[in-house]
This record gives sequence, C-alpha cells and structure tokens, in this order.
Amino acid sequence: METDLTILNQTVKVMQDKPLNKFYLQSVKYFFEEVSNLTRFAIRFFKEIFYPPYEWSEFVKQCFSIGYKSFPLVAITGFIMGLVLTIQSRPTLATFGAQSWLPAMVAVSIIREIGPVIAALIFAGKVGSGIGAELASMKVTEQIDAMEVSGTNPFNYIVVTRIAAATLMLPILVIVGDGIALYGSYIGVNLKGDVSFHLFFLQVFGKLNFIDVIPAIIKTFFFGFFIGLIGCYKGYNANKGTESVGKAANAAVVLASLVVFLIDMIAVQITSLFN
Amino acid sequence: MENIVVEIEHLKKSFGSHQVLNDISLKLEKGKNLVVLGKSGSGKSVLIKCLMGLLLPDDGKIILLGKNVADLKEKELNVLRKKVGFLFQSAALYDSMTVRENLEFPLRDKKEMTKEEKEVLVKEALENVGLENVIDEMPSALSGGMRKRIGLARTLILKPEIILYDEPTTGLDPITSKEISQLILGIQKKYNTAAIIITHDIECAKITANTMLIIKDGTAIIEGTYQEISTSKDEWVHSFFE
Repeated sequence: METDLTILNQTVKVMQDKPLNKFYLQSVKYFFEEVSNLTRFAIRFFKEIFYPPYEWSEFVKQCFSIGYKSFPLVAITGFIMGLVLTIQSRPTLATFGAQSWLPAMVAVSIIREIGPVIAALIFAGKVGSGIGAELASMKVTEQIDAMEVSGTNPFNYIVVTRIAAATLMLPILVIVGDGIALYGSYIGVNLKGDVSFHLFFLQVFGKLNFIDVIPAIIKTFFFGFFIGLIGCYKGYNANKGTESVGKAANAAVVLASLVVFLIDMIAVQITSLFN
Repeated sequence: MENIVVEIEHLKKSFGSHQVLNDISLKLEKGKNLVVLGKSGSGKSVLIKCLMGLLLPDDGKIILLGKNVADLKEKELNVLRKKVGFLFQSAALYDSMTVRENLEFPLRDKKEMTKEEKEVLVKEALENVGLENVIDEMPSALSGGMRKRIGLARTLILKPEIILYDEPTTGLDPITSKEISQLILGIQKKYNTAAIIITHDIECAKITANTMLIIKDGTAIIEGTYQEISTSKDEWVHSFFE
C-alpha cells in the first residue's frame, strides 16, 4: 500500500514537473473550480429568487431590454433561416418527387432543432455578452459595491432579475422566431411553386406532434436560464480592471454557446426515450 | 463613551501573502472629521471597505454605531449601512440611470414615502451640492467634479450619521478639489455628521480635518490635529507637507 502511494506521488510529481502536464493539471483544476463556483452561484440564485424583496420593476425592465430589444435580430434570423432551409432542401426532395413534403420537413427541422438552437446562440451572443460586459463594468466602476453599501442586495437586484428575465424571454422569442421562420419557409416554397398560405400551414401542423413542440419549448427555458446565469456569473465575478470587461463578455458568449449545445444533446437523448 | 461612533481595534487584513493592514486602531467621535492620510497603496481604502463590511478583516474588531460589524447578519448589516454614507473614489454612479434615479435609488425601500416626498429629498440633496439643474442628465454627461458632487448628494439623501469619503478629491483640478473639500466641511456643519476622509491630498486634509491619522505600510504611525502633525519631526510625515 505504502509502495503504491509512493509510486503515485512520484508519478504526480513527474507530471507536475513537465510544463505541458502542469498546464493540463492547471486547466483541469480551473475547470472544476469554475464548475463549483457556477453551481454555488446557481444555488444562491434559487435561494434568493423565492425570498422578498422582489424587484418587479427591475425584472420588467430587464424583460423589455432582454426580450423586446432582441426581437428584431431573432425575427430577421428566423425569416432567413426558414427561407434558406426551404430553398436548399427543395432540390434534394425534388430528386425523390417529394416536394409536397417540404413544408412539413422544414417545420419539423425548425421547431425541433434549428429554431431553438439558432435563437439561443443569437441570444447568447447578444444578451449573454451584454450581461457579462454590463456587470463587469459595474464591478470595475464600483457600482455593485455602491449598491451594497446603500443597503440593497446587489445579487437580488442585478443577478436574479436578469437570469429570471432571460429564462422567461428566450422561450417567447423562440416561439415568435419559429413562427417567422415558417413564414420565411412559406415564401421559399412559393418562389418556385404555388402553395396557398392555408395549405402550407395545414401541411405544417398536420405533421407536427406535441412530442415535436413541447420538448423544444422546455429546453429553451434551460437555454435561457444558463445564458443568463453564465453572463451574470462571468460579469459579477470579473476582476477589477477594464480588461476584465472584455474578458467577461467573451467568456460569457463562449461558455453559454457551449452549454447550449450540451443541453441540446441531453434534451435530444431524453426526447428520444419518449419517441 | 456615547460620543464614539466608530471604533476600530487592532485591525489586520492581508491579500495572500501581502499584509495590507497591520494592527490599525482608531476612534471617531460624533460630528468630527477624521482624515486618514497615506501614500497610494498604503491600505487606506481597504480600511473603510472593511468598515462597511465589503471586505472581511483577518483579525481585529470594528464597532460601528455601537454594533460589532463581524457579529451582524446580512439584513442587520444592511440596516446599519443605511446609517452610513460612502462616497466612492469614482463616485460609482449607476450609469444606466439618470441623476434623479441615482438619487432615488437608496430610497427604494421607503415604501411609506410618497413620490412627492422623495422628489423633495432629491431636490434638497442636489441643492446641497449646488447641482439642481442636472437632475435629468445621465452620469456620462457630467464632468468628474459634478459626478463627485452627485455621488455626495446620493450619499446625503438618507441623512447618514457617518460618511466615509474614499479619495474625494482624486483626479480633480485644484479649484474643484477645494470646492469639494469645502462641501465636505459644510455638510459636517449642517448635518453634524461624523466622517472618515481617506486622502493623500494635503489641502483637502487641511480644510476638512478635526483630527488626522497617518498610515504607512498598513500601520498607523501618527495621530493628532493638522497643526500637530504638520510640525512633526518625522521626515517621512513631514514630506506630506512640503
């Protein structure tokens, strides 16, 4: 037993001595520290969201800022996505003489996967980075400290409201974005065909099931929550220096985008169990 | 000693291996201004951040308005903080809010107050700092001196018993610095507030100080009135007055 421990210690020492191994060990340590801190940050959010004071006016303000102001970007992207997907898919389906399946196929793609994921990635880019930069800048200019010394709980006022607003707004944006994407698809279908609005949507909703729609909506709540959480975590814990503002914004986008894909992968696995 | 509003005993604080505060003790009487003077990086700002509970000290005792800060729960600390104003070095105005919203922010919890009553307080605070005309401006539209004044107005709105000033004149021209120093003195006289003024500006100290404390490398080396300290034989202390 003692010999095993000695060998283990020697192995760790040898690993630590090599610069590349040292880098890997530090990266692993950093990863676990970040996961641990993010988890504690999330636990604090759940502790504080249920206890007064409730910052309703700030929550509404954030819903407007996060949701309404992101709408044009999500709408334009959704429209282009629906249009392009339809135009790109038509030749393949035409090979098999299955153009009539175009509305249904595009609808399932958009509702189940592309709509939520693309909207979440845009949301991570716009809202996640915005929250990260805003909070980091507040930290650098001592605004968070100023809130604290005035007897206001800055976590409740800044973090809870933003995460809650992001969690609530993304699903709404996805639903609206999906609708606009389907309209884009309708335009795409009619570029080389003649399908009425009524028939197009009859084909779309004829093929969509609850198992397509409900899990897709549910996962967007998780997307929104984690985008808000990561943005707030990176901003709230930024270092004191102007450089940290850019770093926080960048890290928020990168990490949030990665987490969106991870959640999507888990959601697909869970959904496939019910199919 | 009923007159003592702040009492710090043997305060120590380090960041990693760097000892920032090393056995600091001080007392502040009601209605008096205490100027803490020292070189940049000597631990002055850390001292008042420990006082407000923004940083946890490693050792020592802080009694603020008769309460031991270390023993307070978060809610109790927040109640105590409302009785203590803090003017940050950068003024720390909320840059997404107008001047009016900045000043109304500390009044958010006062549910019993009407909007009109809050408006009266906001205007009174702005009058105190001579900036009634910028009430609807955004902080980004204000000069450095104006931001400091608005920060001071926000601090005054809750009528605190103690005000902590963190480098109130740093980054300002000599004329504006003098105006801010006189404003600090005026507030002391008008509201009978006690204040700890962290600075390395000797002119500000001269105008505002009832007593002074000089910190060197996290240790208090001399305490007394401006007159006593300015005639000190210590070469390092004397260098502040040259």
